[in-house]
This record gives sequence, structure tokens and C-alpha cells, in this order.
Amino acid sequence: MSLKGKKQAFKLARGEDGETALTEYEITLDEGMVVLDCMHRIQHEQEPDMAVRWNCKAGKCGSCSAEINGRPRLMCMTRMSDVVAETPEGKPIEIRPMKTFPHIKDLVTDVSWNYDVAQRIAPIDGPESMDWEFNQMEADRVQHFRECIECFLCVNTCHVLRDHQMFDDFAGPRNLVRLAQYEMHPLDTEDRVPEIKKEFGIEYCNITRCCTEVCPAGIQITDDAIIQLKERVVDRYYDPLQRIWRTITRQKVRY
Amino acid sequence: MSEPYTRHEYDVIVIGAGGAGLRAAIEAARCGAKTAIITKSLLGKAHTVMAEGGCAAALQNADPRDNWKVHFHDTMKGSKWLADWRMAEFHAKEAPDRVRELEQWGAVFDRTRKQLINQRNFGGHTFPRLAHVGDATGLEIIRTLQERGIHEGIDIFMEYTVRHLLKEGDRVTGCVAYTRVDGDFHAFSAKSVVLATGGSTRCWSVCSGSWEYTGDGHALALWAGAELRDMEFVQFHPTGMVWPPSVRGILVTEGVRGEGGRLTNSEDDRFMFNYVPEMFQGDHAETIEEADQWVEEVVSGKLATVRRPPELLTRDVVAKAIKAEVEAGRGSPHGGAFLDISHRGEEAIKKKLPSMYHQFMELAGVDITKDAMEVGPTAHYIMGGIRVDAESQETTVPGLYACGEASSGLHGANRLGGNSLSDLITFGKRAGEYAAKRANNLAQPSIDGSQVSKAIEDMIAPFAREGGENPGTIYDEMREMMQLKVGIIRTKHELEEALVDLTAFKERAMESFPGTSRRYNSGWHQALDLINMADVSRACALAALTREESRGGHTRDDMPTPEDEYWGKTINIIWMEDGEIKIRQEPVEEMRDDLQAAIKEVKAMIAERAKEQGGDD
Ligand code: SF4
Ligand code: SF4
Ligand code: FES
Repeated sequence: MSLKGKKQAFKLARGEDGETALTEYEITLDEGMVVLDCMHRIQHEQEPDMAVRWNCKAGKCGSCSAEINGRPRLMCMTRMSDVVAETPEGKPIEIRPMKTFPHIKDLVTDVSWNYDVAQRIAPIDGPESMDWEFNQMEADRVQHFRECIECFLCVNTCHVLRDHQMFDDFAGPRNLVRLAQYEMHPLDTEDRVPEIKKEFGIEYCNITRCCTEVCPAGIQITDDAIIQLKERVVDRYYDPLQRIWRTITRQKVRY
Repeated sequence: MSEPYTRHEYDVIVIGAGGAGLRAAIEAARCGAKTAIITKSLLGKAHTVMAEGGCAAALQNADPRDNWKVHFHDTMKGSKWLADWRMAEFHAKEAPDRVRELEQWGAVFDRTRKQLINQRNFGGHTFPRLAHVGDATGLEIIRTLQERGIHEGIDIFMEYTVRHLLKEGDRVTGCVAYTRVDGDFHAFSAKSVVLATGGSTRCWSVCSGSWEYTGDGHALALWAGAELRDMEFVQFHPTGMVWPPSVRGILVTEGVRGEGGRLTNSEDDRFMFNYVPEMFQGDHAETIEEADQWVEEVVSGKLATVRRPPELLTRDVVAKAIKAEVEAGRGSPHGGAFLDISHRGEEAIKKKLPSMYHQFMELAGVDITKDAMEVGPTAHYIMGGIRVDAESQETTVPGLYACGEASSGLHGANRLGGNSLSDLITFGKRAGEYAAKRANNLAQPSIDGSQVSKAIEDMIAPFAREGGENPGTIYDEMREMMQLKVGIIRTKHELEEALVDLTAFKERAMESFPGTSRRYNSGWHQALDLINMADVSRACALAALTREESRGGHTRDDMPTPEDEYWGKTINIIWMEDGEIKIRQEPVEEMRDDLQAAIKEVKAMIAERAKEQGGDD
């Protein structure tokens, strides 16, 4: 079904600093549009000062996260044909900013908390010499995590933050992925397990897998990153054999 | 009434947080300079994330016969001999260590069997040379630099847009910016300023660039009295998506053709066989059977015994062929050509081209394992940019540096794939180092209040208007005009028209009205961006009008052949004087003897190798 020429109503959350009201707009659709195109059309035809954050429009930068009909998605990768199909006929499509972060204006939120947490994570610490040696299998484990586009949709969805606001105690799924990426790097020597437990609060995650469901990069956040880190924490703090081995060798285990 | 503003003081300010900007800032900070980055977006979102193929460096991991001389030769040849050979030399020699250093900062490149960084083949590179991570190398590099950069004590100003460079006499002493979020103003005093603002491909309606690519650095440099060069050379990548309209321009990687992708027209004809230019006659397959055999041999890891398919001709040739087919009425339904890879089978496609598979599935609803893609040329990279000194990356204005796509010189008339990411890290480092060295010997410049006030006045001018056009409309129309008249194939007549049109667009931009709110007002940002886009577009159109020949990323329909005698040894220089954009020509400097010898040596080696391979290059 072509959408060309179809009139479509939208309800956008407009306003500043959390004081928003749903405002209705109507535009005429073209074939093959994504939601972000519709936002641009509203800007270019009706409201030049409507706020939307975006960069690449190709699903690679993670700037355009929003809640479309209540589901957190990238606006540039959500096709109108899908959204129209899921919206009851005659009803407007609702677009809201991510709820978990402080609101700035219209669809734009302040995601700086994620950057602040990242700042507290120690950088990689590997050999001084150049030409590091490790094989593709070891690379594979880490490369998967490095596909993260920092859209923060996972953080927006996680109930520990969204509902319980544990921003001071929990690093959030995105930064746990970052920790996993370092922790599983074949040549990183930094001992990260204590802070993963204490400072970054991995135990607050109760493996609901909501973050994994919304990740546009398809990262298995819960299974591949968080559960692996949880296991390392358990090994360290609750497995006596591991503890002894570590004290004898004073070495990090290369998994 | 004067607007309040906040003052800041730094040794080095880097404008832009893509690969080049981050690398420059890291180096400046490591040299002991108090450093800040000012970026229009959030950290890690810059256009660098879009780079797919890889980062070229003669690491010698994949093929021990590679070395800096071969990379130097390939770059110079690709540039049609117009590149600054000093830059090409630094680049070829230093890129390997810059890549290895990224690995120490956490980048996880694909590996060889010997557990080192793997390298892939790419157009124009004699040996497999591109360090890569699947088809997402740019993301890997920017994330690595970001994760390193935040631990270097650099202050980062996110979502700030610089609109003006402060000057004292003839030197640059800082800049003035507005914040996107609140519309506040900030004045920065700096001993050195590095422009790392990326390109300007947003000036064309069909482009692969993000919204940030509005030529900010080019314009800031022009306004501050610096020179640009090579502005006529724009790389149109032959394969961008053409449908649906909303994704027009998004890149379809060259890898598709490398994997055996076939280009056909509406008559199911593999038209590239009809477009082999004279200088490539005999180099490429002449029958479909021969082309298919090449693909079969190459994908199974064998040494090719026949010639490569004509789909793998250089980017400019393929782009022009697609355009010609469309104009002859043999285009695909949405004005492109068909690119079909489905014969390689589902498994191979999903393994080799995963992001292409997803891109078409999610954005166009096309399953490329079964159906052909529709593709057409897209504005992809601007070879031209701010003129810099090869060693220090300083512009012609003291205290002002430039690196990355915003600068120019390394790529001449045409850039090789993979030479962009290596450009960023090689010259980003140099720019940061020399900017910091300069800062060492200087006192903190004072901020000239009158310059700041004037800059702020210009920025808030759009709000003072009582209504006017929506800047978005002007933006759309100007980009359409550039596509049509300063696009992939140019004529004298259209270029002259473009110059007239640009004057009108700039006037309209100066009268546009973005509403009244200063907070996160995209219309306001666009109203200001339009002014730089108009100036940068003019620089491009003027240079294109002046170069009366066709070469690399510049094609004149009325002068279709290269003219080696004069233009083969001449570059265009652009600058601004009393608000007017001016142009002059300069001869290319003769290459140093030892480098000439290196070129000869490599040419002999390549000829030898071609003989062994039975004529295939
Ligand atoms: S799995 Fe953990 S991190 Fe993910 S949403 Fe659930 S609680 Fe949050
Ligand atoms: S892990 Fe996935 S959902 Fe979370 S920020 Fe990264 S890409 Fe987005
Ligand atoms: S704009 Fe980059 S992911 Fe949507």
C-alpha cells in the first residue's frame, strides 16, 4: 500500500523543561518516509522552531531516539508504513521524547548523565608496545559490544532508571556494555570487577531484558554483557576457590 | 542593548569532534596545552560514524610487499597528481603508527591469522591496505578516540556552534559560539584554533552527509582571511540509495561491486561494458563471462587470471555512466540504475554485506538477497577545503589550523577510498601538536568585546525580523539548485547561472524568519547555516567554472577531456576580500627528487606484477 498523498495526523509533545502538551499537526505523506522525515516536514512547512535531535539519518549515530506510539525507537529507522499500520485508523501518531532523561524542549532530552558515567570508567590498559596480538575469536567477543551507537534507548527503557531513578547507584545498560567491552578485551589488565559491583551497581539489574529488546544495534545487552559481568562478580565475591587462586597468582583470569 | 555572554580561556580550541578534531585535541592536551573541543552535536555522533570501508595504512600485515612508497604512489596517482606531495608523504609514512596507536587506545580491528590487524583491498590501492571492522570502521575509530579523549583532561562543549573567529591584527585569537540548547552566547580566547569541522556535502540535495556538513569550517576560514584550494573537486559516489525519497543519497558501499554486484539498466543491459574510457581500454573484462569469472576467482580467494568487471572502474566513471543511462531514458523506475548482488546467494550476502542487507530491508523494504537495489550518484566527499601547510596544518592565517575533510591537499582531484580515515588521524595529530607548540610561546589573548558584540548581533538578526520565509524552504531549494547546476556533470552556462542564483539565495537567507524561540530552534540554526552554505557553494561553483577541463571529481560536459599542459599542473586558490569571493591559480610545485625516484620505483614494480598476472591490474 502506498502512503503517497495520505493525510496523517501527529500528536507531538511540545514544550520546554518537562512542561509539554500534545499538539496536533497534519501533513501529507510521501512514499517510503520514515518518522524523522515527517518531523522535518513539520519543521519545514509549519514549525521551524520545533526541536528534534538527529545527525546521520541512517541509523548510525543514535541521535534521534524518541517514543513513537509509546515504543522507544530511532525516528530515522522507523518507517511510516509500519507506524501507520500499527496506529488505529483516524487516530494521530504520538511522538514523545524519551521519558527517563531530563526534558529540554519538544523531542529533545538531556542525555548527559550517560556521558558522566562513561567518564568514571577507566580507559583500556594494555601493553606498552605497539602491534597487539590477539585472534579474531577474541576480537569477535568485543566487537559486538562496540557496535553500540549510543542511542540510550536501552537506558530509557530500563525500569531501574525509568521508574526507580537509581541514577547515582546504577550505570545503566549502555555503560554496562562499555564495561563488558573492556572487561572482555583480551589484553586489558585493569581490574574492573570491584567497581562493576560497587560503583556501577550491576546487582540492581534483575535481567528483565527490556533493554535488549529495544537495542537498534541488536546487541544482546542482557545475555552477552550483563550476565557475563554478573558471573564475574559472583566468581570473585562468592566463589571461594576463585578467591584463593587469585591471591596466589595475583592475576586476572584470561577468559 | 547588548547581549550577555560567558568568557572562556584556553591554549588550544578545536572546533569539531569527529575523528580529526578528537585526534587533534588529544595531541594538544598531551603536549600540555589547556584544550577544549567545541562541537555542534553530542560527542561521538559526528559524520565519521558513517565511514564504512576502512582506514588505509601500509601496515604490511596483509601483504609484506606494501610500504609507504607504494601508498604514496597510489595516493598521488589517485589525486591525478594534484595532491600536495608533502602531505601525501607524511600521510603514507605516519598512518601505520596512527592506526597501531588506535589499537592501544582500545580499537578492535579485524584480525589476520597471525593475530594482527587485518587489511582489505580497495579501489586504487595496490595492496590490501585498509584496517577495518566489518563495514563500520568509522564508528570504531570515533568511539576509540572518544573513549581516549575523555581521559585527557580536555573540556568538551557539546551542542555549541561556532559562528565567528576572533582576530587581533592578522592572527586568530579565539571564537564566538552559541549554544543550541539555550541560545546563549560564549566567547573563547585561544592561542591556537583548530578547524576540524568536516565537509560541506549538505550543499547538494542528494548527499551522504549528515546535517552538520554545512561547510562551517570552510566559511569560518574564508571569513577570517584564510585560503581554500581545490574547491571544484567533489566526489560523487556512484552508488547511493535513490528510493524511497527520504533515504535518497545514503551510501551503498563500494563493497557491493567488489563482491560481484552487477549494474544494469531498464533494458536489462549491463551497460558498464559500453562506458570504458580510452585510458582504461584493455584493462577490464570485455564479456560478461570474463567479468563473472573474475568475481568467482576473487571471492574464492584465488589470484585473478582474467580482467576485472567494468563495474569496478573508478568512482567518477561509474557515476557518470549511471547518470548518462538515466538521461537516455534507460533508468530504473526511480531514476537510478539497478545494482544486483542476489546471484551471490543469501548466505554470502548476509555475511559479507550485513549492514547493506539491513539498510535495504529496513529503509526500502527490499531484500537484496532476492531483488536488485536501485542506486544513483550521491555527493560524498569534498576534496577541496582549507589550504594548510603540510607539516603543521597551519592555514594562511597565523594561529588558525585545519585538519580532516575541512582541510585540503592530500586528495587533489580525487580521493581514494580508505584515505579519509587515515587522513583524520595523521593530520589531526599534526594539527594538535603544532597548535599546542604555538600556544607554548604566547600570552593569553584578550577578548575584544566589540568583535564579540558584532558577532552576536549577526547571530540574533533572524529574530529581529517581523516574519519572513521558513529557512527550511530556502535550504531545500538551494540544495536542489546545487544538485542541478553544480552537480556531477557541469557546463559553463549552468555554473554561471548557479553563481547568480547563489546571490539570491544568500539574500533570501538573510531575510528568513525562524520563529522567536532561541531554545533548540532548528530553524534558527538553519537560517545561520544557510549563510555559510551559500559562500562555500559559491567557492565551489566559481572554481568549477574556472577549471576548463575535466579531471577527477570535476567534470565539464563542454570540456570533457583532461588538459594536462596547464590544468594538469595548476590548482585553484579561493579567498575572500571585502565580502567578495576571489579566485586565482597557482602552479603545482615540482616534486622532490627522492619522491620522484620512489614513484618510478613503484611504477616499475607494478608493471612487473601486471606482467605476472597476465595483464590484469
Ligand atoms: S535487563 Fe537489567 S539493564 Fe536491562 S532493562 Fe532489565 S534491569 Fe535494566
Ligand atoms: S546498547 Fe543498544 S540500545 Fe543501548 S545505547 Fe547502545 S545501541 Fe542504543
Ligand atoms: S539520525 Fe542517526 S540514528 Fe537516527
